[in-house]
Amino acid sequence: MLHAVDESVTPIHIHDMTVAYHKKPVLWDVDLAVPEGKLVGVVGPNGAGKSTMIKAIMDLVPKASGWVRIYGKPYLRMRQAIGYVPQRESVDWDFPINALDVVLMGRYGHVGWVRRPDKIDRELAEEALEKVGMTDFGHRQINQLSGGQQQRVFLARALAQDAQIYLMDEPFAGVDAATERAIIDILMDLRARKKTMLVVHHDLHTVNQYFDWLVLINMRIVAAGETKNVFTEDNLNKTYGGRLTVLSEAAQAVAHHQRGL
Amino acid sequence: MSEFWGPFWIVLAGALAGASCGLLGAYLVLRKMSLLGDALSHAVLPGIVIAFLLSGSRDVIPMFIGAAICGVIATVLIETFHRRWRVQEDSSIGIAFTALFALGVVLITAFAGQVDLDQECVLYGEIAYTPWDRLFWGEWDLGPRPIWILGTVFALNLAFVLVFYKELLIASFDAEMALSVGVSAALVHYMLMGAVSVTTVAAFESVGAILVVAMLIVPGASAYLWSDRLKVILTLSALMGVISAIAGYFLAGVWNSSIAGAMVVVMGFLFALSLIFAPHYGVLGRFVRQVRLSLKVARDHVLLKLLRERESQRVSALSWGDLVDTAARWVSGIAIRSLMWQGLITRENGHFSLGEQGVIHATRLLRNHRLWESYLNQIGLPPDHVHDPADALEHFTDDRLREEIRAALPNIATDPQGKRIPEG
Repeated sequence: MLHAVDESVTPIHIHDMTVAYHKKPVLWDVDLAVPEGKLVGVVGPNGAGKSTMIKAIMDLVPKASGWVRIYGKPYLRMRQAIGYVPQRESVDWDFPINALDVVLMGRYGHVGWVRRPDKIDRELAEEALEKVGMTDFGHRQINQLSGGQQQRVFLARALAQDAQIYLMDEPFAGVDAATERAIIDILMDLRARKKTMLVVHHDLHTVNQYFDWLVLINMRIVAAGETKNVFTEDNLNKTYGGRLTVLSEAAQAVAHHQRGL
Repeated sequence: MSEFWGPFWIVLAGALAGASCGLLGAYLVLRKMSLLGDALSHAVLPGIVIAFLLSGSRDVIPMFIGAAICGVIATVLIETFHRRWRVQEDSSIGIAFTALFALGVVLITAFAGQVDLDQECVLYGEIAYTPWDRLFWGEWDLGPRPIWILGTVFALNLAFVLVFYKELLIASFDAEMALSVGVSAALVHYMLMGAVSVTTVAAFESVGAILVVAMLIVPGASAYLWSDRLKVILTLSALMGVISAIAGYFLAGVWNSSIAGAMVVVMGFLFALSLIFAPHYGVLGRFVRQVRLSLKVARDHVLLKLLRERESQRVSALSWGDLVDTAARWVSGIAIRSLMWQGLITRENGHFSLGEQGVIHATRLLRNHRLWESYLNQIGLPPDHVHDPADALEHFTDDRLREEIRAALPNIATDPQGKRIPEG
């Protein structure tokens, strides 16, 4: 390694992590040390492994090799330090539940098994709803919310987790302009409070404006660092261009071989 | 057995089975796992038969153990087929449960002579025997055995749902989020499947292997139509199980038929009622909302037609033939009559004109329409494209939305066709 990483002050440190689905690698040998208090964009083409990286950090998908440390400790011991905003499509929005109860789920990690959320948890959930401008919608059934409002509810749930690190999977996907503005304001506010955020993002136009740190990814880390250094035409070509097809061909070959045997 | 106690124990057994299945069934429906309930209720059969054969009795404990083991095996098989060997999930369920059920049937028929267990009872249940199947503590008669079993299982299920309400909720809604806050969705899944297996066995003797599936799925699916609140759904689901048991018993008396069968027929009837009458998702509710909507649109059109005529200053009154919408004569006719009844329009010498309140209503609608036309024009639609969308949007524009559009259109007094946008 070129420079040593001081783990105790590094929110997320990924070392030589490979992730495979059914033996087919989707992320290769990821090395990444995310500095504290940064709003970090994760950008890359479809199928580049952006969501997979976030899920692998939280042990939601198994790692084929490598490890992740959260402030120098394994994820399992640092679970409460991480707030999560999954993709909006990952849940059934016809589920019989209202917005406030969804936000209250953000408190479950603090409440612990079997015990019920108390008054303070409820207040924190209501506060989180207020921060995303959804106070009036707390008792609204979630399938009566617009896409932007649903995304705000997810963000409020992560805020209720009261974490140090936030992992967000496409929080801007399919939201209206007002919601995008509201979300980015909240992210800026979190950054001002020294929180670290890893945000999967699609819109290249807003990268410069939103993120002070950037991870370009296409089945492996193409580049990572301050946006002004990383967000270059050359790096984007490497991320989105044809050069990396060797890796995906290799993945295909591995999968093929597995099936053939 | 007395006139009262005999029927009472039978109905109570059915009610306890229905409520137990209803509680868990609501979760199965919610998690889109109804088929898994079906699968488990069948797959536990070989476990029960083996337990019978080994213990040589109809003791409850070996039966529960056999069923629980078999239930877990079935769940693991399904997961393995699906996740590891990439068989489609529905096929995995189908294969696992039919294979295990068939094994159970073979075992019963092969060893039928050795234990007090027959195919009929396993498949269809014998709830009618409930009052005579007694539990003894030494010499002491504690009452019907099925009541003890089903009562215990109901208490366990109720405790399970109450104690793990939060965990069941988050694992059912968002499994990944659950994991990230330390609630293992897989553990919750296995606990639920374990509860379903045990409940199935308890309900087995009463309602049989086939009808227990209905008890697991039908009340949950019916309750789901009535409410958007999980607690209400759970309560309703259990309640429907109880109602079916009571009504089913009396129906069986009238028809002189299988009691368990009649109970499930009542469940089917409750489901049909739910499908028709449930306020939000019921067929009738939807139909009423649709009719109400088309009536509103028809009324708006009548008012607008009269106002436009008035504005053009040709005539201020229209005949029935001019006013009625020929494309939707029936709804339009009702709309005109209801407007007259409310005094929004009046009729004189067979001609209709706007009343005082009617003018206010109509002006607001016209304002909506022309504001929308201007707005759509401003965001890039050519003037000859804006009428139809404005026609659709005018009916659903409240004060807040109207002001928003107004604010987006500074200093506009006329619509794209040069017609005045009325104040209102």
